[in-house]
Amino acid sequence: MSTARANRMTPYLFLAPAGIVLAVALFYPICYMIYASFLDWNPSQRIGEADFIGLRNYTKLFSDAAFRESMWVTIKFSMVVVTIEMILGVGLALLLDRNIRGMSVLRTLFILPMMIAPIVVGLMWRYMYHPTVGIFNRTLTDWGFDPIPWLADGDWAFASVVIADVWQWTPFIFILSLAALQSLPASAIEASKIDGATGWQQIIYIKLPLMLPVLIVTLLLRLIDSFKVLEVILVMTNGGPGLSTEILSLRINRTASEFRELGEAAAMSNLLLIVLLILTFTMFIYNKAQDARMARLRKVEEEV
Amino acid sequence: MSDKTYDRQNPAFYALLIALVVMAIGPIYLMLATSLKLNVDIMSDSSSLLFMPTLRNYETALCDFLWYEPEHLRRCDPTFGRALVNSLVIGLVSTAITLVIGTMAAYALVRFRFMGRDVVSLWTLMMRMVPPAVLLVPVFGIWTFQFGIDGSRGGIVLVYVALNLPFVIWILQSFIVQVPIQLEEAARMDGAGPFQVFFLVVLPLIKPGIAAASIFTFRVAWNEFLLANALADRNSRTVPVTIVNSLTEFDIDWGVIMATGMLLAIPPIIFTFVASRQIITGMTAGAVKG
Repeated sequence: MSTARANRMTPYLFLAPAGIVLAVALFYPICYMIYASFLDWNPSQRIGEADFIGLRNYTKLFSDAAFRESMWVTIKFSMVVVTIEMILGVGLALLLDRNIRGMSVLRTLFILPMMIAPIVVGLMWRYMYHPTVGIFNRTLTDWGFDPIPWLADGDWAFASVVIADVWQWTPFIFILSLAALQSLPASAIEASKIDGATGWQQIIYIKLPLMLPVLIVTLLLRLIDSFKVLEVILVMTNGGPGLSTEILSLRINRTASEFRELGEAAAMSNLLLIVLLILTFTMFIYNKAQDARMARLRKVEEEV
Repeated sequence: MSDKTYDRQNPAFYALLIALVVMAIGPIYLMLATSLKLNVDIMSDSSSLLFMPTLRNYETALCDFLWYEPEHLRRCDPTFGRALVNSLVIGLVSTAITLVIGTMAAYALVRFRFMGRDVVSLWTLMMRMVPPAVLLVPVFGIWTFQFGIDGSRGGIVLVYVALNLPFVIWILQSFIVQVPIQLEEAARMDGAGPFQVFFLVVLPLIKPGIAAASIFTFRVAWNEFLLANALADRNSRTVPVTIVNSLTEFDIDWGVIMATGMLLAIPPIIFTFVASRQIITGMTAGAVKG
């Protein structure tokens, strides 16, 4: 009798610790943040002492040119970075999907940039972009060119940040697309070979369409992650010069710690969260649709 | 690939491969080289390839742990040593806690289907997407004013556990699904209770999943900056926080900073070489299998 009850309780016992931690340290803070975004709150106040000001934080944000600028920088950054990384990553995967010695070593080396701390990545690139001792300007002056103001000029700083991110995250897309390529049905590719398809035709008509589901998920994952980039840019430029590289998460950090406007920072976090939720939800729906489609196809196959 | 024969490729292909490898690890090599240089060598105009390697920068960073006193140091600054201990403790403790409660939750979700798996995976997926920047304000407020655990290692551990749990649950689910239920039923027949089944039958079978999950968890805790910066006080600062703090000073000591950066990068690099297969499994699990 008691064992039966113990058995019935087991799932809850197993779930309880995780549930409690998530509720206390993730779910509750998020609700708290939504509430805080309606407050005029600075860090020295308890939340109960802060004044409720309704939607004023949000209206203030949208009329704030600096915030709009940082929103635009965020979107520009994500779009540019994801486009470049998708093209490079998928291209490299198509190119390197061959039966060669040392592929696993190559893959291991490619993961390194993703594994080391973003702070360290920022540090390395800041050093390489250094106006006098950095390797880029040194090489340029050695070859007789003018040094480039990598991190000192707005447009260059944006480009530098993009380059660093491309360096760090292209391997992610490369590895996912390579895995997708290697799980493609060999029969389809054999068949196209027999029909006399050239390499390019194989890629365009067979490989890319078959990889598409994985590519879309990869794209969404990377897009979501690109909104989270913070440390690399913080170390390299700290959002400057001006606002040229100040993406949204950096602005949240600055609003909270420098301007001490917790309510406004919470409102910004809220907006960022909404964007991310939409993206995540899209991904989930897409995955479900794919699963349903696969199930339907399998059923059709079985009937035949 | 099980077959041992490899296709021959043309030389341009190998040139491209080498170029890619150089690009991937070049910056890391530069950091290593800089960390082994004296400041004179870093600033000099001469070729950067030839220099006398020295461990002096590492001695400066780690002076707290040395059994001898490096003669170039006038005063030992213990900041970094303390941060290293903090990072290690926080990383290991949060990884251990996350794994224990994460595996249990994942197991319950897979085996006792009392909630739709779709609902759960949507929730974990959504929680996984929450960036640390979004948690900054509420976590600072709650930890300081309500829980009173700001500035302690425990407070930072709690955030990291919460931050990592969704991913760990998500990835372990996909491994637990593959454990044949017959095994568990057989164990139950032999009189094992639910906890015995879990610890003696299921856990050993999902070791690869646990390896992947623990690497990802440790990496997040080890590398994270923003929340640690908001929560830590002088005594609980982690390595990323101290690195950023020393950067804001006007005159950057590149040699020492690169040495600290290298020390921060070494554990992830070791993991990568030891367990690259598990890492790739973890990375591809979500996207490729759907």
